[in-house]
Amino acid sequence: MNITAQDAKQVARLARLGLSEEEADQFAGHLNDILQYVQKMNELDTSGVNPTSHVLPIANVMREDEVRPSLPLSDVLKNAPDAGDGQFRVPPVLE
Amino acid sequence: MSLLNQSLSTLQTLLDKKEIKPTDLLEESLAAISRVDGQVRAFLTVDEEGARAAAAGLDRELESGNGARGPLFGLPAGIKDNISTEGLRTTCASRFLENFVPVYDATVMNRLKAAQSVTVGKLNMDEFAMGSSNENSAFFATRNPWNPEYVPGGSSGGSAAAVAAGEVYFALGSDTGGSIRQPAAYCGVVGLKPTYGLVSRYGLVAFASSLDQIGPLAKNVEDAAHVLQAIAGYDPMDSTSANVAIPDYRQALTGDIRGLRIAVPREYMGEGVAEEVRARVQEALRVFESLGAVVEEVSMPHTEYATAAYYIIACCEASSNLSRFDGVRYGRRAEAGSLEELYVKSRNEGFGKEVKRRIMLGTFALSSGYFDAYYLKAQRVRTLVKRDFEQVFEKYDLIAGPTTPTTAFRLGEKTDDPLTMYLNDILTIPVNLAGVPAISVPCGFSGGLPVGLQLIGKPFGEAELLRAAHAYQQSTDHHLKRPQLAGEGGDAR
Repeated sequence: MNITAQDAKQVARLARLGLSEEEADQFAGHLNDILQYVQKMNELDTSGVNPTSHVLPIANVMREDEVRPSLPLSDVLKNAPDAGDGQFRVPPVLE
Repeated sequence: MSLLNQSLSTLQTLLDKKEIKPTDLLEESLAAISRVDGQVRAFLTVDEEGARAAAAGLDRELESGNGARGPLFGLPAGIKDNISTEGLRTTCASRFLENFVPVYDATVMNRLKAAQSVTVGKLNMDEFAMGSSNENSAFFATRNPWNPEYVPGGSSGGSAAAVAAGEVYFALGSDTGGSIRQPAAYCGVVGLKPTYGLVSRYGLVAFASSLDQIGPLAKNVEDAAHVLQAIAGYDPMDSTSANVAIPDYRQALTGDIRGLRIAVPREYMGEGVAEEVRARVQEALRVFESLGAVVEEVSMPHTEYATAAYYIIACCEASSNLSRFDGVRYGRRAEAGSLEELYVKSRNEGFGKEVKRRIMLGTFALSSGYFDAYYLKAQRVRTLVKRDFEQVFEKYDLIAGPTTPTTAFRLGEKTDDPLTMYLNDILTIPVNLAGVPAISVPCGFSGGLPVGLQLIGKPFGEAELLRAAHAYQQSTDHHLKRPQLAGEGGDAR
């Protein structure tokens, strides 16, 4: 498994992170080291072993669909970098 | 002698007799912070005004003397800065949240309020809980109170240091791969990670949702048990919260551990562990035997694979959890002409290197074509690690070993290579994968720095875990030692 600076940039794009050329190189290097280390897992035969996504035997935790008090709009917008009309304002999504 | 150094029962008595009031405890805490935090640098935010108002309110309650007091009445506490405190800046030690003020309290904060402790401020940490040294804080590094050139550990480094330096009576931290226990070991204090699901994660800024837990750091096991009692319990606001009965942890501290069966995995005592650390742990095991416990060697063969599985799982979950930091609704927003640019620039400016690295690793391991080889594989390895614990617990009550392979290291010593840093957690990580509870207690020193003993319990077996740790502390005095800080008189505190 060899991650190139190009691969690093692609991954960064997926994660909405921006990398400079230098960072892309550096991250590719570190990622390669870490991925090399985790290859260790392949020493284990895990065929027939169920994956654990969650340690507790609970699933489908739901509640009754009743309306309950939620955060007031003023609180929701309190930390907004830019807001107006009870909404978060962002640059245009569509041209 | 300092009030903050007194036992809980002594403080209860002094409060009963009205010889002290909560403001006295708080002022001591603030004075200690003022005296030593310039060196220790545990705090990101000190809320003098809020804490004084809270303490004054408790003074009035004490005065009006209706008797009933919360179990943590008046105790000054520090809170790791990834736990939401309404109205009090919460940064996760990240530039992204540098000015973020939560609009609600985490459930644990509500529980502390009901128990009537006093929140003094927010404690430094590795950014978004990613790190083992507190050097990843975007603001500054915390120092180990035992030696300021050494790290306090991480990611709850501020929490451990503030307790060790006598700045607060107790602290809350969070633990995903060892972030409570490892700094507790490095700083010579007690740190407990509860069973996954015991303590609500509502209001804890998520790093890895299947691993994170909030827990107490304190100067002794008794105090830790009291804090755990206050914060544990089912919370409908956390869908991963366990609906189990909570025992009385304080009643569990009987001092009697005769017949307790303790397993010591040979993989925890191998050549990766420093000789003196191993020696301190072996001395501790002899103490357990002298108290009537049975100590035997076992094998947990999947131990060496746990770190690999952990870094994949934790980074994958983190990459998802940290996608909420997009500059739209809160936190840092960069100047941008398009929405895409807004996301990228805000995240780039707001996140430190280690955070970016882990997001990248997680994104990669979850991406199409790699998901099976990395994420799914790691989850299967997790099952094997969990099974090791289940098998040992069929015959034994507790598992013991060192909390960390070495004592604290120097600032800057491990920052060049992320992998070297990751290996500090090899003894703590398996515990999070299995979801079981574990505690680190001071068990001696090596080269002037504290060594931690880790005890691991069965799921929801905190009572037994605390009983064993407490019994050990009744027979030893390592936890009574205090670091000497410049301007302080060492043990004469």
